[in-house]
Amino acid sequence: MSDNNILEVKDLQVHFPVTEGLLKRRVGSIAAVNGVSFHIKRGETFSLVGESGCGKSTTALSVLKMQSVTGGQIIFDGKDITQHSPGQMRRIRQKMQMVYQDPFGSLNPRMKIGSIIGEPLRIHGLAGDKEQYHARIASLMKTVGLLKDMAERYPHEFSGGQRQRICIARALALDPKLIICDEPVSALDVSIQAQVVNLLMDLQERLGLTYLFIAHDLSVVRHISNRVAVMYLGKIVEEADRDTLFRTPKHPYTKALLAAVPEADPELEAQRAEQLIIGEIPSLRSPPSGCTFHTRCSQALPTCKQYEPSPRTDGSSTIACHLYT
Amino acid sequence: MSPLLAISDLSVTFVTERGQVQALDGVSLSLNAGETLAVVGESGSGKSVTALSILGLLGDSGSVSNGSIEFDGEDLTKVSVQRLREIRGNQIAFIFQEPMSSLNPVLTIGTQVAEPIWLHHKKSWSEAFEQAGELLQRVAIPDAVKRLEDYPHQFSGGMRQRVMIAMALACQPKLIIADEPTTALDVTVQAQILSLLKNLTKEANSSLILITHDLGVVARYADKVAVMYGGRVVETAYATELYKNPQHPYTEGLMASIPKLDGDPGSTLYTIEGQPPDLSNLPSGCSFNPRCPHAQDKCTMTKPTLAEVAPNHKRACFGYER
Repeated sequence: MSDNNILEVKDLQVHFPVTEGLLKRRVGSIAAVNGVSFHIKRGETFSLVGESGCGKSTTALSVLKMQSVTGGQIIFDGKDITQHSPGQMRRIRQKMQMVYQDPFGSLNPRMKIGSIIGEPLRIHGLAGDKEQYHARIASLMKTVGLLKDMAERYPHEFSGGQRQRICIARALALDPKLIICDEPVSALDVSIQAQVVNLLMDLQERLGLTYLFIAHDLSVVRHISNRVAVMYLGKIVEEADRDTLFRTPKHPYTKALLAAVPEADPELEAQRAEQLIIGEIPSLRSPPSGCTFHTRCSQALPTCKQYEPSPRTDGSSTIACHLYT
Repeated sequence: MSPLLAISDLSVTFVTERGQVQALDGVSLSLNAGETLAVVGESGSGKSVTALSILGLLGDSGSVSNGSIEFDGEDLTKVSVQRLREIRGNQIAFIFQEPMSSLNPVLTIGTQVAEPIWLHHKKSWSEAFEQAGELLQRVAIPDAVKRLEDYPHQFSGGMRQRVMIAMALACQPKLIIADEPTTALDVTVQAQILSLLKNLTKEANSSLILITHDLGVVARYADKVAVMYGGRVVETAYATELYKNPQHPYTEGLMASIPKLDGDPGSTLYTIEGQPPDLSNLPSGCSFNPRCPHAQDKCTMTKPTLAEVAPNHKRACFGYER
C-alpha cells in the first residue's frame, strides 16, 4: 500500500449469527458488511452514505475493531491490524478516535467536562503532571471553542451543540490521525449543525486530520467530503470523488438517493420530477439474488436478478452495476 | 372565505419544578381548507406545543392562558372535553413522529385502523374492519387485507408510518396534523411517505399542518410556512415567497446555514451564533436578539409584533437596513 493512505480496508466481511430457539442454536448468518473495500488518504474526508441497515456504521466499528471482523483486511497507518489483540488495539486507538451521533448518550452524566476530555489521557498514561494535564485540557477546550471555566461543569448544563464540541475535544485529546464521525450533526438543531460542520472542517485544516464520515444527510456529506462511497445492503455500490458523484451519479441507487433529498428551494423543487424509489431496503436475512438492488431498481435487466455485478473502475469512479459493464 | 383554522394570540404555559414556563407567547396562525402549512423551528421553538394545544393534549401541567383556536366555527379552547373527543381523530387527526411508540403493540393493525371508524362513524365492527382494509390499500401497503391481522412489530418503520396515515385518514378529517412524521425514517422512505400524505390530503381536500425542522421538506411539500422561535411565530409567508425573500434575520440565517446541493463545497458555512434560547429563561425583548447580527437597543427592550411586510408576508422584527 502507498504511504499516502492512512487506512485501507480490503474485502471486509462482518457476519452476525442468526440464532433460533431456547438454546440459541445457530441457524445461519447475516452479512451486515459483505466485501467492502476502500482506502482513505491522509488529510482527506471519506464519507460512507446509505440508508439504515446498509452497514455503514458496522464498517466504521470494524475499523476500530469494536466489532469483530469475519473476513478481510484492515490496514491502518501501514500496519495490518485485522488480527490485533484487544491490548494491541488499545495502542492503535490512540491514533483513531470516534465521535458519536448522540451527544446526550455519549457523555457520562456524572463526570465533569474537564475529566471527560482528559479521560483518554489518563487511560493511556499520557496525563503527565497535574499542571500539564490541566493545561492540555484547557487547550483542547479552546481548540473546539469552549471556555476554560466550563471544565468544572457537568454535561447536563450544556446544549447539544456544545456537547458535540466536548465529544470532539475528547476525540482530539490523544492527537489522533483518523477520526471516525458517525452522524455527528444529525441529532443537532439546524442552526447548530453549521457550527459543528465548520468546526470539523477548521480542525481538519489546522491539525491535518483525516475523517471517516458517516452520514445520511447528503448535502452535509457533499459539503465536507473529498470522496464518497454509497453503500447498499452491506456493499459499496458506487465510489467516486465528490464532484463526480454529485454531478454525474451513475448507479441507479445513487441517483435515487440524490433525488430523494428535498432541496431548500420551492421553485427548484417544483421543477424536479418526483422519481420515487420503490419499496424499502430488503431484509439482510434473505437478501435478493444477483444485484441486491434489483428489487427496487427502475432500470433492472434480466441479468441483474441472476448475477452479482462486480465493481468496475471507470475514470474516477468505481461502480458495481450491470448497466456499466 | 373564513379559514378552516385560525389561531389567534395563543399563549400556553407549563407548570414545572422550576416554575412557570411560557411555551407559546401570542401565536397566531391561519390555514384554509386544502392548504398545507409547514411549521418550522428548532427544539423548544414551540412548534409541537402549538400542535398539541389544537387538540387539547397539553396534559395536566400545560394550559392555554390566553388566545383562541377557531376550528370550523368552534373555539377549541372553550369546548368541553367530551366535544374535543368527538373532534379528535374524527375531524382533526394526528400523526406522530415515532410510528413505533404510537401504535399499540398488542392489538392487530386492523383493529387499530378500524377503531376510529367504528367509534366516530358508528359503523358495525365488520364494516369498519373492511374499510380498514381499503385504507391500507390506499396507503399502498402490499397485501393490505392479509396484513390486517398482523401486529405492529411485523411492520417496518416506513410501513408503520403508512398505517398511521391510514388511521389518520380513516374518518376523512378536515385537518391532519403531522408532527415530524418522517424524522425517524430514511430519505428514500421519507420521500415516499410525504408524497403519499400530500397526495391523499389533496384528494380529500383536507388541510395539513406539517411540523418539521427540515427546510428541504418544507420547500417540497408546503404551501405556507410559519417560522417559530422561542415560542413565537417570527415569520410567515407562502413558501415560494419565504425562500426567495426571507425577511426575518433568523429565517435568513437558517436558510444560509444549510449546505446546498449546488453550493460551494468546503466553504465555511454561515452560522447563527449561540444556542437556541431556554424557554424558562428567555432574553428580554425579541428573544432572537442575542444571536441577531442586526440587533439594536430597541430589540432588547420591546417584543416586536407580527406585521405585514408584503401581501401575505408577515414578520416580527423591528427591521434593519439590508
